[in-house]
Amino acid sequence: MRTSHRAKTAVLCLLLCLCMAGLMGRLAYLMIWRAEEYSEKAEDLHQRERTIKAARGRILDANGVVLAANRTVCTVSVIYSQVTDREHVIRVLAEELEMEEETVRRRVEKRSSREIVRTNVDKAVGDRIREYHLDGVKVDEDYRRDYPYGELASKVLGFTGGDNQGIIGLEVQYDSVLKGTNGTILTMADAAGVEIENAFEDRIEPVAGNDLRVSLDVNIQKYAQQAAEETMERKGAKKVSVIIMNLKDGAILAMANVPEFDLNDPFTLNLENAGALSASEKQDQLNQMWRNPAINDTYEPGSTAKIITAAAALEAGVVSLEDTFSCPGFRIVEDRKIRCHKVGGHGTETFLEGVMNSCNPVFIDVGQRLGIDRYCQYFEQFGLKKKTGIDLPGEAGTIMHRKENMGLVELATVSFGQSFQITPIQLIATAASIVNGGRRVTPHFGVEVISADGANVRRLSYPAGERIISEETSAAMRQVLESVVSEGGGKKAAIEGYRIGGKTATSEKLPRSLKKYISSFIGFVPADDPQVIALITIDEPQGVYYGGTIAAPVIADIFRNILPYLGMEQSELSVD
Amino acid sequence: MAKNKPRRFYDYSLLFSVIFLTAFGLVMIYSESSYSAQIKYGDASYFMMRQLKIAAVGLVLAVVISKLDYHWYARFAMLAYLLSYVLMIAVSLIGREVNGKKRWLGVGGASFQPTEFVKIALIVMIAVMITSMGSRISTWKGIIRVFVFTLPIAGIVAANNLSSGIIICGMAFVMVFVASKKSLPFYACGAAGLAAIFLAEPVAAVIDNLHLLKDYQMARIHVWLDPEAYALDGGYQVLQGLYAIGSGGLFGKGLGESIQKMGFVPEAQNDMIFSIICEELGLFGAVSVILIFLFMIYRFMLIAGNAPDLFGAMIVVGVMAHIAIQVILNIAVVTNTIPNTGITLPFISYGGTSVLFLMVEIGMVLSVSNQIRLEKQG
Repeated sequence: MRTSHRAKTAVLCLLLCLCMAGLMGRLAYLMIWRAEEYSEKAEDLHQRERTIKAARGRILDANGVVLAANRTVCTVSVIYSQVTDREHVIRVLAEELEMEEETVRRRVEKRSSREIVRTNVDKAVGDRIREYHLDGVKVDEDYRRDYPYGELASKVLGFTGGDNQGIIGLEVQYDSVLKGTNGTILTMADAAGVEIENAFEDRIEPVAGNDLRVSLDVNIQKYAQQAAEETMERKGAKKVSVIIMNLKDGAILAMANVPEFDLNDPFTLNLENAGALSASEKQDQLNQMWRNPAINDTYEPGSTAKIITAAAALEAGVVSLEDTFSCPGFRIVEDRKIRCHKVGGHGTETFLEGVMNSCNPVFIDVGQRLGIDRYCQYFEQFGLKKKTGIDLPGEAGTIMHRKENMGLVELATVSFGQSFQITPIQLIATAASIVNGGRRVTPHFGVEVISADGANVRRLSYPAGERIISEETSAAMRQVLESVVSEGGGKKAAIEGYRIGGKTATSEKLPRSLKKYISSFIGFVPADDPQVIALITIDEPQGVYYGGTIAAPVIADIFRNILPYLGMEQSELSVD
Repeated sequence: MAKNKPRRFYDYSLLFSVIFLTAFGLVMIYSESSYSAQIKYGDASYFMMRQLKIAAVGLVLAVVISKLDYHWYARFAMLAYLLSYVLMIAVSLIGREVNGKKRWLGVGGASFQPTEFVKIALIVMIAVMITSMGSRISTWKGIIRVFVFTLPIAGIVAANNLSSGIIICGMAFVMVFVASKKSLPFYACGAAGLAAIFLAEPVAAVIDNLHLLKDYQMARIHVWLDPEAYALDGGYQVLQGLYAIGSGGLFGKGLGESIQKMGFVPEAQNDMIFSIICEELGLFGAVSVILIFLFMIYRFMLIAGNAPDLFGAMIVVGVMAHIAIQVILNIAVVTNTIPNTGITLPFISYGGTSVLFLMVEIGMVLSVSNQIRLEKQG
């Protein structure tokens, strides 16, 4: 072989070596300098995140009774490729899960990476299935919200959805407190997303949510709810709401809105013809069912709003309890003749008597004395234009005339509780503020947030109330309202041994031509140093509809039962 | 032959490095493909066993061929050359389609890729031509004559399989380079090729503007320059290869520990096998594999340098060119140094035809080595 060929071969070899060296250099660059970047990207690609649900915090009542908690449930699924003895698996699952063998067979024999056989399986059943050690059968644990009292305070507590998120009520309002932080399991997966067995696992533990202690008291709530239900049934009413509140700080002890619904089954309508509804109709009905009328709906308060007019007039000094008025059964304001509920009229009466009689002409006169400007000023000062700030979602605002659109007729109607609308919670909060010494309270449920291990307790605070009326006016109002119960239209709320103040109302629902009513009564006790205030609204009662006749006795009944429980003893009966 | 038999050389180093590479390849194929083979065929060793059987047959064939006198098959050169045309035309007419590409020719129950046959036929054909031309190979006329024989078949092959066409041209180029006394034109060509890689971006822009390449070919160039931006146009495969290489680090994740092979790198046991070698065995393992190939090239050089005649030397150079080009292109593709084109890694990638014909080529080289008379005897 000639030397030139040999030389050329050597040159060729050298060139090939250079190429290979170049490639080795390139490899070194990729595998050392860019190793980190590429490994990270590859890792991202391989890792699958599986969420570990954090346990949602519980909701406890004032005494620590559990109102909402978590129940462990299991999801049973099969992984087709891992099942070895199909027949055995089908037999065991059908038996343990109490399902049709055909249904189980269809799921077990379906070629899918993972097929769910049944969700919401009791933990005990899940544990039993695990004991069989069946290849390819997975039992995963999960939490489900559980409400031990079912319907109790359903519209207040609310419920959670599939992702453990609050849907209505306190569950929404305190979602961030209750929900905790989900953990993750990082596993490796192949390109098809199938997890690789025994691959490196990274685990971030979930942080359980905080417990929430609320001011509701199960016993009081139960009683209020029971009383509301009885009333609704007896009066054939559409709905009945009862709110019982600590009148010093605004803590709500009970809020019943019947009909309630079952929190453990919130998507089933409590109607009879639920099956015939279309999907959107059903959703509307569900929204109606979940609605909390004490907070989400406004109504014309009627005579209970006379508390507002009376307090404003006394505070402004335009009237004293002894001032006399005369009621011929109507009052003419501008061109309008506005009737009193007593057709024959109350005749001559003092202001105090006017309140006791709930006499419309008296309040029209007092309203006119205040004038539009001052009336509106007090309306605002009492906090009626703002929302109460209650810790429940969806509080409705007040519907009131704009000052510049108000004439004397409007002023007259507003004075005795018509032509404006507020929510029941607004009414009770304002009334409480008027009789508790004159400081505005923020109605609320949340009391404490307690960490899952109980180590951390955070008390929830509410804005300190502004003074809305003077102590003196407040004391006068207590006296006036006590007279209403002891001698006036609220007589049926009187209980022997307790000093009770209150005001009745019978509001006409709009349009007035329908002759439908909301009967209500607001009462507090004891009248000289009030502790508890309660409001009942009965929507569309059949038959007798006067608040003083049908609403007042219900509150009396509730008070009779809960006051001793609250530590308010009946005073020695004064012998008359 | 038995009487007065001179002592002859036999390159066992080459034979054993081939056996080692093939065995290493089998281990890697098992590692790469067991996961997908288990899913697809229910047998983790499906791909490895197939490759093992063919490699074993190939090895026996190589040893048999190595004992033949290589001059014997020179007379079939023209026949094989013409047969190449027949096979290439046949494959484009009645070829079996796999993955949308007609590259397989069925013979009885088995099927093979005729392009692999073309490579051997051409090595022998060019070797015969160069030998018969003598010193005329140093003239432009001689050089052109070789390319006149090469380009038509290379063209047909390229139409079927671009990368094989490139390899065939490269082989002819290298063989003529070694045989011819001219040097400068070859270096100039080589320099131009390198420049094209380094100046890729402006060149691509010019090509793009002139609309010289088809869209899918242009897409490959875009992918090469920026695989992440063109992940959907084919950058995915390149990127997955890079992820595999990058996550290997210095010593790799360990044999069988690759995750990229689990469906991320498509057909990991084929063209992309080197990326998984990088992932599992690290830079250390990858460089070792390249060094073994370099050792093979070194042995080829020794055999070519000591071959008893020009024909033998040319055969060895042809085989060397074939294997070296495939190794370099394969690793260059896997490391995204050049645009993606399907080239297998000799002896290691999964592929029956490839390993069988490579074994035949090694047999030919060994037969050349076997004709070297040891000095003492001479």
